[in-house]
Amino acid sequence: MNRYTRRTFSLELLMVAIALVVAFPLYVLVNLAVRPPSDTSSPLRPTLAPTLDNFTQAWQQGALGGALANSALVTVVSVLIVIAISALAAYPLARVTARWSRGIFLLIMLGLMLPFQLAALPLYQTMRDLHLLGSAWALILFYSGLQVPFTTFLYIGFLRALPRDFEDAAFIDGCTSWEAFRHVVFPMLKPITVTAIVLNAVSIWNDFFTPLLYLSGSTQQTVPVAISGFVGQYVSDWNLIFAALLISMIPILVVYFALQRSIINGFAGGLKG
Amino acid sequence: MALFAFVVLVPSVRGVYYAFTDWDGLDPSFSFVGLDNFVEMFRDPDAKQAIWHTLLIAVSITVIQNGFGLALALGVNTMIKSRNVLRVFLFAPAVITPIVTAYLWRNLLSTDGAVNSLLGAVGLDSWQQNWLGDPDLALWSIVGVIVWQFGGYSMVIFLAGMQSIPKEIYDAAAIDGTGPVRRFWSVTRPLLAPAFTINLMLSIIGGIKLFDQVYALTGGGPGHATDTLSTLIYKDAFTLGEFGYSIALAVILTVIVAVASTGQYLVLARNERAAS
Repeated sequence: MNRYTRRTFSLELLMVAIALVVAFPLYVLVNLAVRPPSDTSSPLRPTLAPTLDNFTQAWQQGALGGALANSALVTVVSVLIVIAISALAAYPLARVTARWSRGIFLLIMLGLMLPFQLAALPLYQTMRDLHLLGSAWALILFYSGLQVPFTTFLYIGFLRALPRDFEDAAFIDGCTSWEAFRHVVFPMLKPITVTAIVLNAVSIWNDFFTPLLYLSGSTQQTVPVAISGFVGQYVSDWNLIFAALLISMIPILVVYFALQRSIINGFAGGLKG
Repeated sequence: MALFAFVVLVPSVRGVYYAFTDWDGLDPSFSFVGLDNFVEMFRDPDAKQAIWHTLLIAVSITVIQNGFGLALALGVNTMIKSRNVLRVFLFAPAVITPIVTAYLWRNLLSTDGAVNSLLGAVGLDSWQQNWLGDPDLALWSIVGVIVWQFGGYSMVIFLAGMQSIPKEIYDAAAIDGTGPVRRFWSVTRPLLAPAFTINLMLSIIGGIKLFDQVYALTGGGPGHATDTLSTLIYKDAFTLGEFGYSIALAVILTVIVAVASTGQYLVLARNERAAS
């Protein structure tokens, strides 16, 4: 069964065929995005005279540059805050066995279960009272709170499996707990930190519902909301819309293909936690 | 911790309280109406339909997406030469923004879109459908789009599970002369229990909370044929101004998520123990 037989070859063909079917929508996407609106032939036929006009037009009219910058800002700042808070919170929770530690752990578990729809509407009112509606900071605040339980949970699982010997050695050498965490524990957490960064960054970057609520009517948009507004505005001009969709996908796909090994392992990493 | 309390816990508790009021989201004076919102829900055909759609979508996604993902994982986890490339490409849709892929599919599935053109081109004209406009079909089109996007995600988790199975077990099975079907059923399947737990949890919870794809593909239509709890919560709060009622729906959503995840966790944890 470890040889490359004729059956392996037919399986190979079958799998490649499935991959082509999965990739088919992306072919149509690119094909129509480079096609001038005057060309109304079948979406399947390769575009013979490709043009980049749709991209320049979509870029200018969709304010996509600003939206990409906003999304990047929100994602990077939120992920940094989430990682810092969660790693610091998980360390005492995993190591201290006092009763308060267990109570807080259960509270965090509760946070994992509650769907955000329940909190979203009352929070909408709070954000309005704080005059944060329409500001990127509303999102950063929201994501920082929303993602902490899950990320802390990942860290606690990993920390519990981590031997204490290294920390004990550091304490004997006269380290304070903070120094032990900063120089000994945190570097050993690297695999789960990668997982946490990947999972948080993807879910924050792709989130649509939250910015739809908290940024509606504002000029500060993130990419998903900007795209949605763009589709609403250019209802049937699909060549233009496809160019906008493609522009919004390019940064993700570039990062994905550049870091595919870490990203896939990051997604699969939750399994071992 | 304070941040978490501010963003999740306090609003959630307030949310539960608002569910028992007739608050419209603006007026600071509102009154306590007891269980009226919940009573109304059981009279409201839209709400009942949305609950049904939510459950139907969650269950079908869980079954189809994981079945597809498992089949892909079994195919990729072999001697084929393209396995690394395939893994990267099949997973790619899962990182793309769901709302963006949903808009893409809205065009592909339109009556003169690429899916119908493709069916026409291979001579299957009779299979052409109004994928999103037909009330009986629209829900299944949404399920199809989600399976397309996240099948690769399930595959990656199954693959990680398969790669942690020691090769010696398969060698032993080969010596005992087991065929491929028996090998899958008696060796791979039980040892994949942790991967099944993660995959089923992720897809059922994702399916229950589903919003983006429905919003972009059909907006809940035609009529209310594809409304889920999440889209109804959004519409009731932000287009009809019925915050109290909308939050009562969110409470129902919370209960469904809690029941589904606890129930599933208990069953799967027992299976995992039985397998190890």
